[in-house]
Amino acid sequence: MAGTAVRGRLSWQTATVGPVTDETPRVRTLRLEVPDWPGHQAGQHVDIRLTADDGYQAERAYSIASAPGEPLAITVERLDDGEVSPYLTEEARTGDQLEVRGPIGGYFVWEPGSGSGGPLLLAAGGSGVVPLRAIVRERSRAGSSVPVRLLYSSRSWEDVIYSSEFGLPPGGVEVVYTLTRSQPRMWQGYARRVDDAMLAEVAWPASERPLAYVCGPTSFVESVAAGLVKLGYPAGRVKTERFGATGS
Amino acid sequence: MHVSRGFHGRRRPEVDPARVPPGQYVTSDFPVLSAGPTPHTPLSKWTFSIDGGREPVSWTWDEFRALPTETLTTDIHCVTRWSKLDTMWEGVSLDVLLGMVDYDARYVLAFSDGGYTTNLPVADLLGGKAWVAFGYGGSPLGAEHGGPARLLVPHLYFWKSAKWVRGLRLRDTDEPGFWENYGYNMYGDPWREQRYAGD
Repeated sequence: MAGTAVRGRLSWQTATVGPVTDETPRVRTLRLEVPDWPGHQAGQHVDIRLTADDGYQAERAYSIASAPGEPLAITVERLDDGEVSPYLTEEARTGDQLEVRGPIGGYFVWEPGSGSGGPLLLAAGGSGVVPLRAIVRERSRAGSSVPVRLLYSSRSWEDVIYSSEFGLPPGGVEVVYTLTRSQPRMWQGYARRVDDAMLAEVAWPASERPLAYVCGPTSFVESVAAGLVKLGYPAGRVKTERFGATGS
Repeated sequence: MHVSRGFHGRRRPEVDPARVPPGQYVTSDFPVLSAGPTPHTPLSKWTFSIDGGREPVSWTWDEFRALPTETLTTDIHCVTRWSKLDTMWEGVSLDVLLGMVDYDARYVLAFSDGGYTTNLPVADLLGGKAWVAFGYGGSPLGAEHGGPARLLVPHLYFWKSAKWVRGLRLRDTDEPGFWENYGYNMYGDPWREQRYAGD
């Protein structure tokens, strides 16, 4: 909705790194203390700018991991050939300063009332779970009872972000995992990439007028979004956010 | 300016900095960004139309592909910060398409399968600056990158290069499109870093 548009100019603000949490060996959550943070919606992102001592700068966008009303936090996956993510996941320490600009994005957002009462289907590939976690937290914070299914695809159990938080999900939230590369012994869950058969089992039937949020690498988003359309989801009720490269 | 302790950056000495707008980094990949599922319109049902002139004009796929084409190599800049240099495209110039329409509007709203829209000044579509592209890297443009045809306006941020484009609506006033309604810049010049409203 247009009412969520960014108004006026977004300026860069200094942020101080607060507590950091290692979520997996490659993924870290950083709380960012921004004195004049204007607040955000679940699903939005921020721009981060780093400056070297000779003035060289690098900017990237990261999804916000925290719910509206919670302190601003981002969850960052280290990309081996990255420029900003290795700094944020390995070098940055509590008390360091960087710059943020935001919040940004008004389409891939959820608030109580989004979807006009239908259940929520959240589908995450890898660190695509970050904005969906903000949605789950906002649902609880706002006291919403909308039923949620989160289908979360990771390479292995070690790569699952927020595993302790999702281990005890709030009432009305189901988390379904698929581990595509390796599985713990005795794993009972899915062990393959998300496909149409899995979506048919996990996704709410289209007749319940679900609203879907799909976030992950392009190949994941392409196949999940296409699969949901095949199941009868109207394209306008499948919101997507993609990151990473297709190589094509 | 705030120095980030311990940040040195990974500069790419092989990249000419004069070709990289502020805040961008060069990638060799071709990332994808879109708001919903990828539409698949069969070519038999595809048309490209320009409305809002004295007469509406429309081309079928075959009629469109019979128009003169150009190949070009250009740099593209996405508002999500990646830039890709020396991309190769084939398409029909907007000079050709708008040259077949009688109009005096100053703006267009481009529209696409899936409901996407984006706004541009007509002046930015003329003078060899914009195309409706159907080929990329010597092959037909893939659906995830906007095929069968997308707008290509490489001097503006790439969200202006609407994927799955189906036509233009000529307008007297500049009305925001999809991302512009969500706070992105009405014009989107990467060299002036016009990412968001007010930039």
